[in-house]
Amino acid sequence: MSAILAVVQRDLLVVVRRKSEVLTALFFFVIVSSLFPLGIGPEPGLLRKIAPGVLWVGALLATMLALQRMFAADHADGTLEQMAISPSPLVGLVVGKIAAHWLVSGLPLVLMAPVLGLQFDLDAGALGVLVLALLLGTPVLSLIGAIGAALTLGVRGGGVLLSLLVLPLFVPVLIFGAGAVESHIAGLGAGGHLSLLAALLALSVFFAPWAATAALRIALE
Amino acid sequence: MSKQLTNWFRFASPQTFYPLAGKMIPVFWVLTALFGAAGLWMGFFVAPTDATQGEGYRIIFVHVPTSWMSMFIYLVMAGWAAMGLSLNARLSSMMAQALAPTGALMAFLSLWTGAFWGKPMWGTWWVWDARLTSELILFFLYLGFIALQASIEDPRRADKAGAILALVGVVNVPIIYFSVTWWNTLHQGASVSINKSPTMAMTMLWGMLLMALCLWMYSIAVALTRVRAIILERESHTEWVKQLPEMTREVAA
Repeated sequence: MSAILAVVQRDLLVVVRRKSEVLTALFFFVIVSSLFPLGIGPEPGLLRKIAPGVLWVGALLATMLALQRMFAADHADGTLEQMAISPSPLVGLVVGKIAAHWLVSGLPLVLMAPVLGLQFDLDAGALGVLVLALLLGTPVLSLIGAIGAALTLGVRGGGVLLSLLVLPLFVPVLIFGAGAVESHIAGLGAGGHLSLLAALLALSVFFAPWAATAALRIALE
Repeated sequence: MSKQLTNWFRFASPQTFYPLAGKMIPVFWVLTALFGAAGLWMGFFVAPTDATQGEGYRIIFVHVPTSWMSMFIYLVMAGWAAMGLSLNARLSSMMAQALAPTGALMAFLSLWTGAFWGKPMWGTWWVWDARLTSELILFFLYLGFIALQASIEDPRRADKAGAILALVGVVNVPIIYFSVTWWNTLHQGASVSINKSPTMAMTMLWGMLLMALCLWMYSIAVALTRVRAIILERESHTEWVKQLPEMTREVAA
């Protein structure tokens, strides 16, 4: 447990020293979702309709931006190998890195989403559901993304390949995440979709760190 | 006992499997032709015209078998990949690699024939319905598997990385299979099921099953051909490959 916390602390410290990386992903999210009203037209009814999908797709793509760096820098300077041979189990360190990635890339998106939702004329209830859905969904993105990041570690053209591998696996999160907000707006209640998101989260918390660890070991061989 | 064991694992090595596969391929091609001819004859001449869909339904004889194969090949591929990962068996990983393009082809054909069927029946080439979307994701998973293996230089690492990806993607297969039951969407429910009698004429069912067998044989034949090529490529440094008649002939010419 202390090893996990140490990894989280270290990764956050690295990020604080180089703020530009986090800000890039966050600005990307803000700009992409601001481009849609400009491209589609400022009609409020239409914007309200596309808001959940646009914000979720923006969140997916912003998560992808930071994903490749999850293990890459540590792999390049040999830190990852030291972690692999350290006495604490590698899977714990992987959990720590995933948690740090979420704190850096997922949490800012969750906090930023209500502001962007206002641009799309969402009411307070819908904003609440959006935040809740993102809160449940973005950790799943980090968890599944970690598998992809570990698989493409040090591979030629890894960035593009990573999106090809990971985006299909992100689709259920996108469907249920956007679906939660949509069904709330339609007056159907978001409970079902949120439960499915929570189930996805439970499932990926259980399995994804092991798969990512196995993939890392292969990359380090 | 030990003799039996050695016999059982005899064909697990590329060196012994290569000639065996070479002997099996023509057999599976003949079976493909036989089942295909019988299935197409059943489908086009024997099966009656559908009461609601007219003649257009006949695309079912390609659409349903390719959809079945696309899911089944993924499971088989993931199975081989898991075996390659856990037992460190080279041939298993090669089989997984050999099956992937055929699976991608089946998923593509399933989507394509589905679009051809959807246009006259639903009035649209494509809808974002659960089954169509999940089949599309399956197609993307195949492409991801192929791309990942192609971009990693070291074959052993490519095998293992691909195996993990294949195993992660397996969760999608039951979602596709049960999507018509779980979500009530435009795609019609399953026409054939194990625990109740089929809702279609027996001749239609037979046509579909024969076509499925045809595609099954075709997939085996193609996968074996491809695995032979992979064996040659990966084992080209070994003595037994250099002594193969087809290799020496090439050198002589």
